[in-house]
Amino acid sequence: MSAQLTRRDYSLVGRDSKHAEEIGLASAEWYACPIPRKRLKELMQRKDGPAIRDTLLWFALLGLTGWLGWHFWGTWWCVPAFIVYGVLYCSCSDSRWHECGHRTAFKTTWMNDVVYEMASFMVLRESTPWRWSHTRHHTDTIIVGRDPEIAVPRPPDVLGIILGFFSLKSGPKEYKKVILHCFGRLTADEKTYIPEMEHKKVFWTARVWALIYAATITWAVCIHSILPLMLIGLPSFYGAWLLVIFGLTQHAGLAEDVLDHRLNCRTVYMNPVFRFVYWNMNYHLEHHMFPMVPYHALAALHAEIKADTPKPYNGLIEAYREIIPAILRQVKDPAYFVKRELPPSAKPFPIAAPVAQPAQ
Amino acid sequence: MSDPWIKVCKAGDIEPEDVTRFDHGDRTFAIYRSPDDKFYATDGLCTHQRVHLADGFVMDNLIECPKHNGRFDYTTGQAKGAPVCVNLKTYPVKVEAGDVFIQLA
Repeated sequence: MSAQLTRRDYSLVGRDSKHAEEIGLASAEWYACPIPRKRLKELMQRKDGPAIRDTLLWFALLGLTGWLGWHFWGTWWCVPAFIVYGVLYCSCSDSRWHECGHRTAFKTTWMNDVVYEMASFMVLRESTPWRWSHTRHHTDTIIVGRDPEIAVPRPPDVLGIILGFFSLKSGPKEYKKVILHCFGRLTADEKTYIPEMEHKKVFWTARVWALIYAATITWAVCIHSILPLMLIGLPSFYGAWLLVIFGLTQHAGLAEDVLDHRLNCRTVYMNPVFRFVYWNMNYHLEHHMFPMVPYHALAALHAEIKADTPKPYNGLIEAYREIIPAILRQVKDPAYFVKRELPPSAKPFPIAAPVAQPAQ
Repeated sequence: MSDPWIKVCKAGDIEPEDVTRFDHGDRTFAIYRSPDDKFYATDGLCTHQRVHLADGFVMDNLIECPKHNGRFDYTTGQAKGAPVCVNLKTYPVKVEAGDVFIQLA
């Protein structure tokens, strides 16, 4: 059974935005699993060591695979080199962008900020707009009309999701915004979540990006080869596929308009290689509930609160066995969503679900 | 007449490099104990989104908001960058006979 659902308005200045504010879903209080303050303090402790180690390894792998791609350019051997380089350049940057955006990856602030700017460029997300967009995502996670980062609005755009594996939908949109920002303008949605005092930063960063792209294109023209663009720029497209595979597990197919991260976030167990690429963002429920806990402590946080959370997914395959059918069903039945079952020991929390209802 | 001093708690109730919440009337405050054993007080809610800072994380002289990781220098109230842009109001604090007092303006 699923309820009738009027088409939702996912814009931040539309009908559902006003509705969310009227019924108290905007900037609301969210459920948090009980955890002793002393233990939480231990988990929140910041360190430079793990992130420096991981970042040096990341740069070394980027350098090695980039060099291999360059060296073997013109032969088939460059293909695997660029596949790995692209994943390291773009998909790996997604998690670095995310963790450093929260300023929790490193203890030292400037290290977070430097890696954040670099990763923002490589994953093709302008640093300042996306910092504010992500702030809103944490305030109003999957609240329709409030959250600018709902990856799969209903009914899902399946073609758009497929194009997303190579940034073919989001990439051109982002470039349009870069151009807009170069001229000192913002979109209507951006004006709702980027404070005026940050606008100049948006514009100047966009101009720096434009200069980097212009220099890379000039280099390519001068040597009559797209090779420079294979190293800078194009990896944001051909290396995005793993980012999408990981990213869709976070919220796709789950409930909208609930004030409980246990019901709209997934935690998915992953192998150590994926956890390096994703910097433990597979513990997504834990991250949303306690964003102060750095990536290297998320597994410990998970162990601490798992009795109060739904069963985690035992790998990507188990997660996608749920996500793919849910998305396909939402194409015809946008009211459908996957209702996460809390364990019997879990504490319930009042759920606001003004429009959507779970299908049985 | 000077503003009143209000008793908050025992000094030992707050661990070094930690924060506690103090509600008085319809106002809420965050009371900090720094790593070098000094006490400070600020408004209790983040200037970005009205989240209780006492649920946040104290790191040296910084308090980090639990919701969006915005940071303030709790010794001065200064906002330390996005997503917090507006400074926190600070209040005088004193410790007498093991009790922490805050002077409310």
